[in-house]
Amino acid sequence: MRAVVAMSGGVDSSVAAALMVKAGYEVIGVMLRLWNQTNKEDENRCCTPEAVAMARRVAARLGIPFHVLDARLTFYKNIVESFIDEYSQGLTPNPCIRCNQRIRWGFLLDQARAMGADVFVTGHYARVDLQDGHPVLRKGIDPTKDQSYVLAGLSQQQLAFTLLPVGDYTKAQIRQIAAEQNFEVASRPDSQDLCFLGSQDYREFIASFQPDSPGFSPGKIVDLAGNILGDHEGLIHYTIGQRKGIKVSAAQPYYVIRKDYSSNQLVVGQIEHAGIHSFMLDSLNWLGRQAPQEVPGLTAMVRYRSKELPVRSLTPQQAGLWRTELEYSQAGIAPGQLCVFYKGDQVMGSGRILRV
Amino acid sequence: MTNTGAYTYLDYAASTPLDPRVLDAMRPYFLDHFGNASSIHRLGQVAEAAISEAREVISALLGGEECQLIFTSGGTESDNLALRGIIDAWTSPGLPRILTTPVEHSAVLGTARHLADQGRCALDLLPVDRYGMVAPDDVRRAIRKDTALVSVIYANNEVGTINPIQEIGQICREMGIPFHTDAVQAAAHLPINIHDENIDLLSLGAHKFYGPKGVGALFVNHRLRLTAQISGGKQEMGMRAGSSPTPLIVGLAEALKISRLDLTSRNSNFAEMRGWLIDQVLQKVDRAVLTGHPVFRLPNHASFAFQQVDGSRLLMLLDARGFACSSGSACKVGTPAPSEVLTSMGFTKDWALGGLRVTVGKDTRDDDLERFAAVLPELINAARRSD
Repeated sequence: MRAVVAMSGGVDSSVAAALMVKAGYEVIGVMLRLWNQTNKEDENRCCTPEAVAMARRVAARLGIPFHVLDARLTFYKNIVESFIDEYSQGLTPNPCIRCNQRIRWGFLLDQARAMGADVFVTGHYARVDLQDGHPVLRKGIDPTKDQSYVLAGLSQQQLAFTLLPVGDYTKAQIRQIAAEQNFEVASRPDSQDLCFLGSQDYREFIASFQPDSPGFSPGKIVDLAGNILGDHEGLIHYTIGQRKGIKVSAAQPYYVIRKDYSSNQLVVGQIEHAGIHSFMLDSLNWLGRQAPQEVPGLTAMVRYRSKELPVRSLTPQQAGLWRTELEYSQAGIAPGQLCVFYKGDQVMGSGRILRV
Repeated sequence: MTNTGAYTYLDYAASTPLDPRVLDAMRPYFLDHFGNASSIHRLGQVAEAAISEAREVISALLGGEECQLIFTSGGTESDNLALRGIIDAWTSPGLPRILTTPVEHSAVLGTARHLADQGRCALDLLPVDRYGMVAPDDVRRAIRKDTALVSVIYANNEVGTINPIQEIGQICREMGIPFHTDAVQAAAHLPINIHDENIDLLSLGAHKFYGPKGVGALFVNHRLRLTAQISGGKQEMGMRAGSSPTPLIVGLAEALKISRLDLTSRNSNFAEMRGWLIDQVLQKVDRAVLTGHPVFRLPNHASFAFQQVDGSRLLMLLDARGFACSSGSACKVGTPAPSEVLTSMGFTKDWALGGLRVTVGKDTRDDDLERFAAVLPELINAARRSD
């Protein structure tokens, strides 16, 4: 059995490769060279020359072949362009999810198949089991490290080809295995920043590509009744649920409730109005053979590593949209983000938050 | 690699395995006759004798009796010594010029550019045709009175094209200009004769013909004056200081001797295999061309360009499926650049990123190539850039 392992030079994917070797697979390590801005050639944090050298050393120690693939162009076209577009449409995109769908489990998975792989492996903290021949995506057993959210956009077909050996361990155990293997892997701090931004702020980045993006035009700040409260500096500068930096004086603090791109208005309200009860989803991806039939026990995660929220109802609408109602209202639900449904540790599916 | 099962090596132009007979010839000079060839005592004398024997054998095999033979660490050092040695020894007024080609190995082109960047010479590049071949008449036209050296690769490593070395040498001889050729690829396959082909300086490296890595040679016509690039002891008549690596030098001579013995029979076998492969690839793969000359090419060498293919990715897929090949645009860190050789032959970027070199050797069997030809079209499809 042949396993192609996506390696990053980091501890998790290095241990994933080691676990596959130990399990008796014939292992090939691969790494993607992703896009970054010209003259910042070495700034894509996912694939710096140091990271490549590190992964190469790990591969040599394991006695496995290792290759770096040029994915710069396809990454740019599929991830960076849509990141810029979605921001201009007033959405808050999650490019990592799209990268997993299109690049890692798209471009790279295709290459792995051509390499004769029987299974595709990454170092994510999540698990894939087969139940009656169908893949079931579960959280990793380490609750502090679970990464199932970023894999919830993958199709059953993609998951069926996937093995995630790291998800059966805690981070402490993974570090232990790395130490036993004498891996001198990078201990890069976990970061929420996007790999292709380097040290740049995302607004600066978008401005450098699309200076006339509608998100940059100043407009009015209004309350829920439509009263004008002041001026905003461009909707791109605000995030849903944000409190600080809204330059409106009031006895009670204001929160960003909505960004209305059609009127270029920033809609704000006080804490009691900041919560959202229900929202619409598109691009649904159910990982069971069908949509979940029973709502009890169903929870929703509306942003990576946020708290799971109990779901009251889940109803199909026209044109493939689904309406989700939560038990309690929640602040900070942003269109463009992925909503992932869980039942216990099992990922039931996901959809993109469309409007709230 | 611990986990590779059946694996087929088709990259003999990159390097070759050591011939066991060469290892046998070298072994005593590692273990028993380990003395320093510069030493007075008898162990030194044994080593010195082995080196001078090797020198005679190599000179006789290559028709280089009128030349000084300088042992080096390999082809790259030989090329460096040829170019730098000539430029540094230039005594006429004005800046010396190097006349070379855009399809040289980087050991020549990189050195020439380095010298030019430092203001130590001017650089002139000859045109090449679509096969990467130099026309002797172009050499005649391009030589100037301040040309210090003409350097033309004997046979190109990437596309296999063999240049008309004898004619170019003749022109240089007539015009009184020193002529260097990088014969690192050619020496493995062609019956080179330094004297007959009017060559003044010739570089070679042992590991291309089943010899050890880390040893090469530069032939220098006795009429020429070169400035040494490594100073220290008086080894190699002061042209290359440093204790002589006796076993490697013995290995170089033995490998060359063996390669001359079966040259003809081996070459016709190689040429037949690679001819079959070229036909198969051009038949089975869309948007594919042979790169390099269809006739005047190294007998073991097949090279192609595929449109809109990521050559590095193709090499990765081939490796995964059990075949070692190479390409001129390959890059180990995922940032391939179009091949400079293909670009100078007129290929656009669309093609010059998609080079593939397949070189056969003494252990290649017909069924290796059959399996290779069977799997290649599918892998090329997977390596086509769709974006």
